[in-house]
Amino acid sequence: MNSLPLLTVMMVVPVLGAVVVAALPAGSARLARPVALGASLVTLALAVAGWVAFDTGSDAMFQLTETHSWIPQFGVSYALGVDGIALALIVMATILTPVCLLAAWNDVDEAETGRLKRYFALMLVLEAFMVGVFAATDVFLFYVFFEAMLIPVYFLIGLYGGGRRQYAAMKFLLFSLAGGLVMLVSVIAVYFVGPGGDQGFLVEKLIGNLDGSEAALRWMFVGFFVAFAVKAPMWPVHTWLPDAATESRPATAVLLVGVLDKVGTYGMIRFCLQLFPEASQWATPVVITLAVVSVIYGALLAIGQKDMMRLIAFTSISHFGFIVLGIFAMTSVGGAGSTLYMVNHGFSTAGLFLLAGFLVTRHGSKMIPDYGGWQRVTPVLAGTFLVAGLSSLALPGLSSFVSEFLVLQGTYQRYRVAAVVAALGIVLAALYILLMYQRVMTGPKPAFPEDQAPPRDLSLRERWVVAPIIASFVVLGFYPKPVLDIINPAVDKTLQIIGVSDPQPAEASGSAQ
Amino acid sequence: MHSLITEGDAMTAGAASGMASLAWLLVALPLLGAAVLLLGGRRTDKVGPALATGLSWASFGVGVLVIVQLLGQDAAQRAHHLTLWNWVPAGSFQLDLGMLVDPLSVAFVMLITFVGSLIHVYSLGYMEHDPDKRRFFAYLNLFVAAMLLLVLADSYLLLFVGWEGVGLASYLLIGFWNHNPAYATAANKAFFVNRVGDLGLSIAIMTMFVTFGGVDYATVNEGVGGANQATLTAIGLLLLVGACGKSAQFPLQSWLGDAMAGPTPVSALIHAATMVTAGVYLVVRSHVIFDAAPDAALAVAIVGAITLLFGAVVGCAKDDIKKALAASTMSQIGYMMLAAGLGPVGYAFAIFHLLTHGFFKAGMFLGAGSVMHGMNDQVNMRRFGSLSGAMKVTWATFGLGWLAILGVPPFSGFWSKDKIIEAAFVGEGWKPWVLGGAALVGAGVTAFYMSRLFFMTFHGEKRWTDDVHPHESPKIMTVPMMVLAGGSAFLGLLLAWPFAETAPIVSWLSPVVGEHGEEHPVLAVPVLMTLTLVFVAVGIFLAWRRYWSEEVPEVAPRGSVLTRAARVDLYQDAVNEGLFMRPGVHLTRSLVFADAKGIDGAAGGLAALVGGLSSRLRRLQTGYARSYALTMLTGVVAVLGALWVIQ
Repeated sequence: MNSLPLLTVMMVVPVLGAVVVAALPAGSARLARPVALGASLVTLALAVAGWVAFDTGSDAMFQLTETHSWIPQFGVSYALGVDGIALALIVMATILTPVCLLAAWNDVDEAETGRLKRYFALMLVLEAFMVGVFAATDVFLFYVFFEAMLIPVYFLIGLYGGGRRQYAAMKFLLFSLAGGLVMLVSVIAVYFVGPGGDQGFLVEKLIGNLDGSEAALRWMFVGFFVAFAVKAPMWPVHTWLPDAATESRPATAVLLVGVLDKVGTYGMIRFCLQLFPEASQWATPVVITLAVVSVIYGALLAIGQKDMMRLIAFTSISHFGFIVLGIFAMTSVGGAGSTLYMVNHGFSTAGLFLLAGFLVTRHGSKMIPDYGGWQRVTPVLAGTFLVAGLSSLALPGLSSFVSEFLVLQGTYQRYRVAAVVAALGIVLAALYILLMYQRVMTGPKPAFPEDQAPPRDLSLRERWVVAPIIASFVVLGFYPKPVLDIINPAVDKTLQIIGVSDPQPAEASGSAQ
Repeated sequence: MHSLITEGDAMTAGAASGMASLAWLLVALPLLGAAVLLLGGRRTDKVGPALATGLSWASFGVGVLVIVQLLGQDAAQRAHHLTLWNWVPAGSFQLDLGMLVDPLSVAFVMLITFVGSLIHVYSLGYMEHDPDKRRFFAYLNLFVAAMLLLVLADSYLLLFVGWEGVGLASYLLIGFWNHNPAYATAANKAFFVNRVGDLGLSIAIMTMFVTFGGVDYATVNEGVGGANQATLTAIGLLLLVGACGKSAQFPLQSWLGDAMAGPTPVSALIHAATMVTAGVYLVVRSHVIFDAAPDAALAVAIVGAITLLFGAVVGCAKDDIKKALAASTMSQIGYMMLAAGLGPVGYAFAIFHLLTHGFFKAGMFLGAGSVMHGMNDQVNMRRFGSLSGAMKVTWATFGLGWLAILGVPPFSGFWSKDKIIEAAFVGEGWKPWVLGGAALVGAGVTAFYMSRLFFMTFHGEKRWTDDVHPHESPKIMTVPMMVLAGGSAFLGLLLAWPFAETAPIVSWLSPVVGEHGEEHPVLAVPVLMTLTLVFVAVGIFLAWRRYWSEEVPEVAPRGSVLTRAARVDLYQDAVNEGLFMRPGVHLTRSLVFADAKGIDGAAGGLAALVGGLSSRLRRLQTGYARSYALTMLTGVVAVLGALWVIQ
C-alpha cells in the first residue's frame, strides 16, 4: 500500500546519522551534536508523516506495513507495521529523542572528541532500536530488537554515567538478560504451537492460532510476562531501575524510563493479551495485585528517597503500576487510559529527570538535603520543575490526569477494591512531589561563596528542552482526542481478540448492585 | 448533544444563545492574564498587575451581560448548555468539555468575579512593594479562572479540573512567601489534606460512571431515578468527603488555619469568600443525588453542625486576628453545609448565606489586612486595641461586617443566617432539636468570638508595641473595603426582599434546586428569631465585659482546659500526626530500608554477585563487550539451531 517503507526509513535515518557522527574527523567533532539533532528531527518529521498517513477508520490490524522474508526456514520475517498503540509510542519516542539530545548537549566535554561522538552516536542507535521494537510485527524480530536495545543503553550508562555506573549498568544488563532469556524460551515455543510455515512468527498469523495445551500456553504467557515485568518494571523485580536511573545521565534516564521501559507494558498488550487471551485472564488476579502493590510501594519508596533521581525512578515504578493495572483491567476505558498513560508518562518523566538534571549541573549534587531556597535562585527552573511535578502527581488540567483517571475508571469497572487502593496513590503522589519541591526549592535563599558566580537560571537551550514537554502537558490535558482517536481502535481490537466486552452501567442494565 | 434535564423540576438546558454562548470568555480572560504574566516574565512586571486586574473586571463584565440576558428570560429558560469540544473520547467513556450557565452557576460567577476583582484592586495597594507582585497577580488570575471553571463545568470531571485548579492556586498563594519554611509547610498541608478529599470525589466520579454510564450532570441526574439506594448513598458520602476537604469541614478542617500564611487578600478571596465554599456548591449542584439519598444528606447536615460549633469554639480562643477569622469561616461554612444537608428547604439558603458571607467575610479579611498594614504586619490582637480612632474607615467597614455576621437586623447576615436556623428547626424527631440547637448555640458563640475580635482590635485600651504608628490604608485599599461593607449592609436585604411574595434569591434559584412547600419549624418563627437575638445579645455582652470594659492582658492567660484545647484547634494536628504522619514516616523508613537490604539483596545475592563480577570485568573492559556480544550471538544461534532441528 505504501510505496515508501516509512518505518524502515525511520530506523535508517538515525543509524545513518550515527554513522556520520562516528565518522566525523576529530577536528570537527563538535558537529556531532547538530548532526545528531538534525537526524533525530528528520526522524520526527517522518513519524509525523506516519501519523498523518495513519487511517483511524481502517480495519487492518497493522498499517504502514512492510513484510520481507528474512529466514524463511525458521519462519522469521522482517515485518514492520503499527497499530495505534505502537504509533503513539513511536511518535513519543521520536519527540523525546531530539529533546534529550538537546538536553545532553554539554554532557560530554568538547575536548574529548571520541567520547563526544560516541555519546551522540549511541543515542541515535538507540532511537533506531526504539522505533524497531515498537514497529516489529514479527515475534522473533521483536525479540532481536528487545535484546539489541540493551547494548546502547549498557554503554550509555556504563561509559557516561555517574560514580557507580559500572554496577548500575551491569545490574541493568543482568536483570534484562535474565528476563530476555526467559522470554526467549517462550518465543521459540510460540513457533511450535503456531501455524508454522515461512511466516510462522508473524503476530497476525499467530493471534488466535496458537494450538497448545492450556498449561503450555500459560507457561508461555509467564515467559513473556516475566520479561516485560522486569522491563516495566514491576514490584518485586524493580530494583535495577533506581540504580540505573540515578547513575545514568538524565537524558539517558529519560530514554530508559520514559521510552524503553514502555516496551514492557507495550509487550504486555501485544504479546501477553493478544497472543494468550485465556492465560492473561487466568493470570489477571495476580497481575492486578502486583500492579496495585507497585503503585503503592513505588510511591512510598519515593517519599522516603533523598536522592532526586532515585525518587523520580520510584515515582515511575508507581506509575508503571497504574499502566499495568489499566492493561489488565481489560476494559476499553482502562486500555485507552494505559496507552495514553504510556505517552504522558514519557513526557512527565522527561520533565522531571531533565529539570532535576539541570539543577544537578548547577549545584553538583543529587541529594535533596543539599538544596533549599532555589526558587529564589533559579525561578524559571523552579517553576518548570513544579509544573513537571504537578504533571507527575496528575493534576487535573494536565495530561497525566486524563490517563490516570481513565486507568482508575477502567479498573473500577471490574475491580473496585484494586481501583480504590490504587487511588491512594493519588494522595501519595502529592506527598512525594510536593515534599521534594519544598525541600529543594522553598526556604530562605541559599548563600553561595562570594568568589564564584551564583547559578544562572535556565539557558535558552534548556528552555527549548522544557518547552515542548510542558506544551504536551497542557495540550494533551485539554485536548487528548488526537491521541485517543488513534489508540481507541487498537484497544477495541485487543478486547475483541481477548473476547471481553465492557461492563454495562448498573443503572442502564436495570440491575442495581 | 444530550438534553439536560434536572430532575425535580422542569428546567431544561437549551443550547446556549446570546451572551451565554460566550460564557467561555469568563474563564478565558483571567486565564489569559495568568498565562501572559507567567510566560511573559519580567517584561510584564510593570503592566502585569494592572492587566490582571483589568481582565478580572472584564470577566465580571461578561458575567453582568450574561445575568442581564438570563433576567430577561422566563425562569424555565434560564439554563444554557454550551459544548466546547470533544474532550475525553476513550472507549466507552465519552465526555465533551462543556459549560452549564444556569442561575446557580451565574450566582457564583457574580460573586467570584465581583469580589475577586475588588480584591485584585485592593492587592494593587496591599502588594505594592512586594518584589514578586507580578507572580502574585498571575496566581490570582489563575485562581479566578479555575474557580469559574469549577462552577461553570457541565460535568463532574470538568468540575474536578477547576476543583484541583483552585487547590493549586491556593497552594501557590499560601506558599507565596515560602522563603519562610513554615509557610511552605502550610501550603503543602493544604494540598495534602485537599488531596484526601479529592480521593473521595474521584471515587464518587468513578462510581457515577459505572452506575449511570456518564459523569456529566445531565446523565447523572437522569439516571438517579433508576439507581439503587445504597449506591446513591455511597456517591453522596464520597461527594461529602470531597466537600469536606475543599471547604475545611470536619474532619478535614486542619489546613485552613495554617492557610492564613498566605497574603491577606488571598485569605479574603480564596480562604473566605470563594474557594472554601466550593464544597457547598458541590452539594447543592448534586442536589438530585442528595434528594434521593436522605442518609447522605443527613451526614452533610451533621458534618455542617459539628463544624459550625468546632469553628466557633476555636474562634473564641485565637489571638491571631487572621486565624480567628479563619475559624469563623470554617464555622460559617458549617452553617451553609448544614443548610445544604437539610434538602430542598435549605439549598437556596445555603447559597444565600454563601453570597452574603462572601461579602462580609471578605470585607472583614480586607479590614484585617488594612489593620496589619497599619501595624507593621502584626496579627496578635492582644497588642491591638483602640484602633477605631486611627483607622476610621477600616473600623466602620469592619463594623458593618461584624454586624452582618452577628445577624443583627437589618444587615446581610440576619436575612441569610436566620433562614438557616429556621430551616434547621424543620423536621421530625431528634433532628430539628439537635441540628437547630447547634445552629442556635452557634449563633451565640459567633456573636461572642466576633465581638471579642472586634473589641480587642478596635476598642478598649491601646496595647500597641512601641514601634507601631497605626494609620489608615490608602484609597485603593479602602474603596474595595467600602464596597464590600455596602454588601455586608444591604445585600441580604436586597436578596431576601421581605416585601415580595418570595425572596428574590429563592425564586432565582428554585428552577435549579427545586421548590419546596410551606414547612414549619418545630418552634414558631418569631420565637426562634427572638431566641437567636437573645443568644447574640448575650454573646456580645460577654465579649464586651471581658474584652472592652476590662483590661485585656497582653500575654494570653493560661486559660481553662477548653480554652487551651481550642487554642490548639481542639488537638486536630496532634490527632493527625499520631494517626497518620508518624506511622507514615515510620512505614516509609522501614520500606526504604527493606527495599535496599531485603528485596534488592534477596534477588539471589545478585548485588554481591554483580559487585564481584563487575570488579573483575572492570579489569577486562574491552573483553567484556565482546563477552556480551558473544552471549547475544549464542542466544540467537541457539534459537536458530533449535528451529533447524525442528524442521
